[in-house]
Amino acid sequence: MIAESHKRELSAGQLAVVLLLPIALVNVVGFILPILNLARYSFNRARIGGGIEDVFTWENWVDLVSDPFYREILFNSIWVSLCITLVTLVLSYPIALYLHRATGPWKTFLTVLVISPLLTSAVVRTYGWIALLNDNGPVIGIIKALGLPSPSLMFNIKGVFIGLAEILMPYMILALLAGFGRLDPRVEEAARTLGATPARTFREIILPLTLPGIALGCLLCFVLAVSSFITPKLMGGGRVFLLATEIYDQAIVTLNWPRAATLSLLVLIVFGAALWAYSAVMRRLD
Amino acid sequence: MEIHKTSWPMRILIFVLFIYLLAPVILVFPLSFAGDQVLRFPPTSWSTRWYTALFANSQMLKAFWTSLTLAAIVTVLSIAIAVPAAWAVTRLRFPGRDLFFNVFTAPLLLPTIVLGLAILIVFASFKLLATLHGLVLAHLIVTLPYALRVLAVSLSTQDRACEEAARTLGAKPLTVFFRVTLPMMTPGIVASAALCFLVSFDEVVITLFLTGPRITTLPVELYNYVYNQADPLVAAVSALLILLTLAVIMIVERAMGLRATFVR
Repeated sequence: MIAESHKRELSAGQLAVVLLLPIALVNVVGFILPILNLARYSFNRARIGGGIEDVFTWENWVDLVSDPFYREILFNSIWVSLCITLVTLVLSYPIALYLHRATGPWKTFLTVLVISPLLTSAVVRTYGWIALLNDNGPVIGIIKALGLPSPSLMFNIKGVFIGLAEILMPYMILALLAGFGRLDPRVEEAARTLGATPARTFREIILPLTLPGIALGCLLCFVLAVSSFITPKLMGGGRVFLLATEIYDQAIVTLNWPRAATLSLLVLIVFGAALWAYSAVMRRLD
Repeated sequence: MEIHKTSWPMRILIFVLFIYLLAPVILVFPLSFAGDQVLRFPPTSWSTRWYTALFANSQMLKAFWTSLTLAAIVTVLSIAIAVPAAWAVTRLRFPGRDLFFNVFTAPLLLPTIVLGLAILIVFASFKLLATLHGLVLAHLIVTLPYALRVLAVSLSTQDRACEEAARTLGAKPLTVFFRVTLPMMTPGIVASAALCFLVSFDEVVITLFLTGPRITTLPVELYNYVYNQADPLVAAVSALLILLTLAVIMIVERAMGLRATFVR
């Protein structure tokens, strides 16, 4: 009783401090501290075989800019991610539009179908793609049965492309749906009644109204593609070099933590650039 | 209202796209009953040998128990930490409230590969690598933002009239919380618990940085296995994992509705 009456005397601010303390602790120890530390590491020098020398140096950043290998990885990552984002958008847009219009239990059912892959482990889904695309798999089987020359879809960028586009689809669909709020079916209906062809309705009504959703979905997928690790690692067979796989190799195989930290910050810089591009697009749209 | 009659070509397109989206998830079910030694589809024979092999694989089973224990601990802690936090950010007025909310949900915006490396470096000096404590803490970083968001949505959409009534009738703040607010939050708590469990159980990238031969989780074990040999054993594990996921999705859908949890 005393404790309770005591509590009532706490101000909102004091009470907030007490209630937010646990989450703040976890956040500081597991998030803020590690990220700040990561930034510090990118200016330290690596010792051979692990460990660091605690000196301030720009070496890692200079290496990153001057080494053609890293430049290639960077441009490769950005280019591949952009292409995957575009493919994912094209594949997801019809589904999102259909879901936006669907109603009742059918809509719920389809939404569950879209979300369930999202909640399935990336390893499982990548394995599914390995099973589909390997040389004894059904896709190659069908191509062979049709008498076409069979391409190699595994352990190269093609497999990564196909798999990653599918893995990112649920994110894209959900982002598109979130941005489709402005698309009122009655506006479309009005355009059609007034004699616009379906193609024209799409070009002049649906597309402009869904651009915010498209921008959001592209931002999300690009960011996820740049930082994707499991699929390129498992489906690339060590022949696909992207930023995320290189970070892991530097951190775990080479044990060069300063370099891994520098590459991580580079990923964050790419994120920042993507976010800037997104807000520029959104400003143009408004 | 028959406004939107989707045309047949469009329907076929949607169908094909759904097949593409679901193919890898569906394929593992028939594949898990393959009788072949290597990955081949369609299989030349059918059997349950890979399920037998799975239940004889002590490493996989151990990793499964680790994952289950870890996810259970993480879920309980997430709810215990996120409920007060969600209540504070939705019911209290204090300076910097939105800033706090953004900082607490920020780990979601960071790529897991970066977060994993950052945590690896710090945990290495705290001697938290390859320990259950370390994994719990690392998973909390990823699950708490989800829990906080879902619970905050659940709290802010709650009807405040009941709380007001209880207070007017003389209930103390703690009584109001435990007798009115908390029971009304149950769907949100169930949904976020299910989500936290799934996120922790499936987490692989960050965990990959923090595990070692001493302790490993099922997704990491699976990753290492696929990296070395992609035989149908993985399909058997995958099929079971997908069924687990579906069960959890059902819980979320029943409790709060999937759209409310994921869209926005």
